[in-house]
Amino acid sequence: MHKDDVAEALVDHVKGAVAAASHGQTVVHIPRDAWGEAVRFLKEEQQFTQCSDITAVDQLLRPDRPVPAGVERERFEIVANLLSHPRNRRIRLMSQVPDGDGCEIQSLFEIFPGTELPEREIYDLFGVRFAGHPDLVRLLMPDDWEGHPLRKDDAPARVPVQFKEAQRPR
Amino acid sequence: MTLSPRDLVVGPDQWPESDETMIVNLGPQHPSTHGVLRVVLELEGETVLRAKPVIGYLHTGMEKTGEQLTYVQGSTNVTRMDYAAPLFNELAFSMAVERLLDLEVPPRATWTRMMMCELNRVASHLLFLATNGMDLGAISMMLYGWRERELVLAFFEKVTGLRMNHNYIRPGGVAVDLPPGWEQDVEEICEAVPRGVAEYDELLTENPIWLERTVGIGVITTEQALSLGASGPILRSTGMPWDLRKSQPYLAYEQVDFDVIYTENGDTFDRYRIRLHEIGESLKIVRQCLEKMPEGDYRIQDRKVTPPPRARIDESMEALIHHFKIFTEGFKVPPGETYVAVENPRGELGCYLVSDGSGRPYRMHIRGASFYNLQTLSTMVQGGLVADGIAIISSIDPIMGDVDR
Repeated sequence: MHKDDVAEALVDHVKGAVAAASHGQTVVHIPRDAWGEAVRFLKEEQQFTQCSDITAVDQLLRPDRPVPAGVERERFEIVANLLSHPRNRRIRLMSQVPDGDGCEIQSLFEIFPGTELPEREIYDLFGVRFAGHPDLVRLLMPDDWEGHPLRKDDAPARVPVQFKEAQRPR
Repeated sequence: MTLSPRDLVVGPDQWPESDETMIVNLGPQHPSTHGVLRVVLELEGETVLRAKPVIGYLHTGMEKTGEQLTYVQGSTNVTRMDYAAPLFNELAFSMAVERLLDLEVPPRATWTRMMMCELNRVASHLLFLATNGMDLGAISMMLYGWRERELVLAFFEKVTGLRMNHNYIRPGGVAVDLPPGWEQDVEEICEAVPRGVAEYDELLTENPIWLERTVGIGVITTEQALSLGASGPILRSTGMPWDLRKSQPYLAYEQVDFDVIYTENGDTFDRYRIRLHEIGESLKIVRQCLEKMPEGDYRIQDRKVTPPPRARIDESMEALIHHFKIFTEGFKVPPGETYVAVENPRGELGCYLVSDGSGRPYRMHIRGASFYNLQTLSTMVQGGLVADGIAIISSIDPIMGDVDR
């Protein structure tokens, strides 16, 4: 196992967290209900000053993908890259989010307000909801768009170009 | 730092109850919004009470497109995101692919990439100076900025064949070697651009009207910038000397000598000043590339990712098949995921790449610097005048292609 003091501290602090490494980068898998707590811990105790990126992956076509032992595979993976300026290091957090009614995870807005637009983008393109987000509405797609384009079962060109107000068959 | 949800929501239930304030749309067709940015402003007289950027007008689904294209084609896609600094997008994507493949590109490719990227940074900052000048009423600045930028773009055309959207940096190296006589062109750029920059410095930096419009406008603190996800000149203007080229060096930035420009005030003037001086630092790197440019291959000689030389195709059937395979099927990348960040003219440009072992990325995500930087707008504009809002949007230097992707 990859040795990393931040990852170890995080695994000690958050029950169920699993540390791994990918191409020399530290990755920690966080249980979904501890997502906010893990980020708060990194910000307050480990000097991680910025959430430089948050995105999602739809793993629909990879149900057998390799994950570290102790991680339950779900359809969506939320991926956050945190950056510590004082310590000059990065850490990547991942959490598994199931499809359906429970397709939801805590918002990081309270901890890093800079996740406001990216979380809306994820909601817009993947349909993952963020609990506690102040304004979870579509960001890039038109307000009346149906579906979430970056999902793997939403094929490109499935829907012809949509114009607002225009009549269209469904 | 905390934001109130009220700052972010502009739905009907959040509309003002009194007649004292009004909601005004700025953009998306307003010329000073750099493309198609729309900002919803709540005004009390001339004062901005809150502002919310509304984006998506340039959304073309490039991340989805990236999943349909092979790794060979991928760089043609990403280069169209941040169209003022296309080489950085190609660089981030190519470095991510190379990390998944565990490739190391030859030194000449690394140095060529670095030189081209720094020239691109110069072109991008000149574009900023031009549009920043125009937004604030210094129309002549527009033409001057274009004039010097033209030199760089003409050089890009000579090297890559295109003025923008080059598809020059590709997984494994660069597309072609630098053309004969490139040293002379680069020397000319290194002579002409500083001359122009000195003129702009004289024209704007101590111009009382310019100072009136920019000093103390749109102030942001380090803490705010960090928590809002800002990077690049916005973060550096708050007194934080953070530059990925220095702090987490990639390419050959460890082997060249340059300074990170930062200032303390975090206002519009400082963001202008930082970019003005970064041009000089970039040219310093370009000059060192000119001196130290190593000889050798401009792309990796790994048959898996590199097509055979053109001459071989005429004489060898295998080479033709190989060429054909690379450009139709592409190459396969082992399963894995990685995040690569580079410092583009606007800040941290990241590429998060997930491979499932096939010839196309399973997921390709670009962390656009403009996208995150745009979030600082609401904070900077609050309490200022509408006219200052224009100056602030301009100083964020958002490229909407990068914001909407």
